[in-house]
Amino acid sequence: MIGVIDYGVGNLFSLCSSLKYIGAEVRVTSDPEEIRSADKLILPGVGAFEDAMKKLCEKKLDGVLKEEAAAGKDIMGICLGMQMLFEKSFEYGEHEGLGLLKGNVVPMEGRLPEELKIPHIGWNRLIKKGDHRLLGNTGDDAFVYFVHSYYVEDCDDSLLAVTEYGREITAAVALDNVMGCQFHPEKSGSVGLDILRAFCGEEELK
Amino acid sequence: MITKRIIPCLDVKDGRVVKGVNFKDLNDVSSPVELAAYYSSAGADELVFYDITASAEGRKLFTDILRSVAESIFIPLTVGGGINSLDDFDRVLKCGADKVSVNSGAIRNPSIIGEAARRYGDQCVVLSADVKRVDGEFRVFARGGREDTGMEAISWIKRCVDNGAGEVVVNSIDTDGVKGGFDIEMLKAVCDAVNVPVIASGGAGCAADFTELFREIPDIDAGLAASIFHFGTVDIRELKEELKQNNIPVRL
Repeated sequence: MIGVIDYGVGNLFSLCSSLKYIGAEVRVTSDPEEIRSADKLILPGVGAFEDAMKKLCEKKLDGVLKEEAAAGKDIMGICLGMQMLFEKSFEYGEHEGLGLLKGNVVPMEGRLPEELKIPHIGWNRLIKKGDHRLLGNTGDDAFVYFVHSYYVEDCDDSLLAVTEYGREITAAVALDNVMGCQFHPEKSGSVGLDILRAFCGEEELK
Repeated sequence: MITKRIIPCLDVKDGRVVKGVNFKDLNDVSSPVELAAYYSSAGADELVFYDITASAEGRKLFTDILRSVAESIFIPLTVGGGINSLDDFDRVLKCGADKVSVNSGAIRNPSIIGEAARRYGDQCVVLSADVKRVDGEFRVFARGGREDTGMEAISWIKRCVDNGAGEVVVNSIDTDGVKGGFDIEMLKAVCDAVNVPVIASGGAGCAADFTELFREIPDIDAGLAASIFHFGTVDIRELKEELKQNNIPVRL
């Protein structure tokens, strides 16, 4: 069973639909016991970093996620959920993340050529920088759908793929059982479904 | 490098896809779910659904259809038509829409854009503007292009972007349904005025019209069309091949 962490941030309709579509059993949950009993976990998220971390901590799920990650359970963050896996975010101030991966979240503003629009919205190419089962089904010419204004930097030990938008932007990360996609696999057509399949693994898919 | 998006637009009335010429003489084309699946597999980068139903029953039917589209198609979905309140945003977002496009609703109540942007994020709020030349200026039209609001279009669009619209669809009433090409002059004026993605709508008749659009206006993000895709005049994959050959970045 795939546990999708529900902490009151964002719309989970598409993510759940795409997981069901590939044959996964999905439970949307904020219950620590259910989270502990899930085979794998997905941390979704849209909106502001500070607010999202606050909501996660209010439900006391930060500790649960850290314990589960330390125990070796597969966890994937999506979009803001991926950013929350890191140590710190500089989105409107300085905020602590879950610290499961090394790196920081920084704004695009001031770091991209001026003519580029922010947020980075649309389909962009994945350029692999590492090797991990998360992108095991993904070819070299894959496009995925991004919507974001902040990105992760200084994440060398987990960097899996980047995309090109005025500079290299972290697109996917993975370090053993902790994984993340800055883009939305649930909105990235067949490429995205393949990434979700790779995360779930054959045993989770009926 | 971000790619240029090709977006088929599906006008839905009483559960079926329709497309009018200059907004009149609608005729039935196909089932929304089937068309959406077809477009998704054919390489469409995003789909726009416009609910042109007026009745409450039609609206219910529309959200049911939206839900079944969103359960089986995994590319971005934008929904518009009849969006007048935050409740309307909520209703379509819960059925799987990723972005909500507001047109007449913003003209009646401009604060809806800021309110929606604060609640759902700028990326979720799309301003759709029907624009027509009147007395030598670009004017915003309301109610499906039937009513001249008297407002100058560029300043209206700028104001909505300042209030939080994360994307703008510009539909030229002057070129809509004519199939003689996009309204380059109007679209350039909008691209020069705002720094959010701009989607061109109205006037595409053949693949070359998209090549011209992206060549003439490098800042434009997407081209939207309806009938030429629904009737098979332009095949999306062939269109994208042609764009690629012309050095325009596309997702293939």
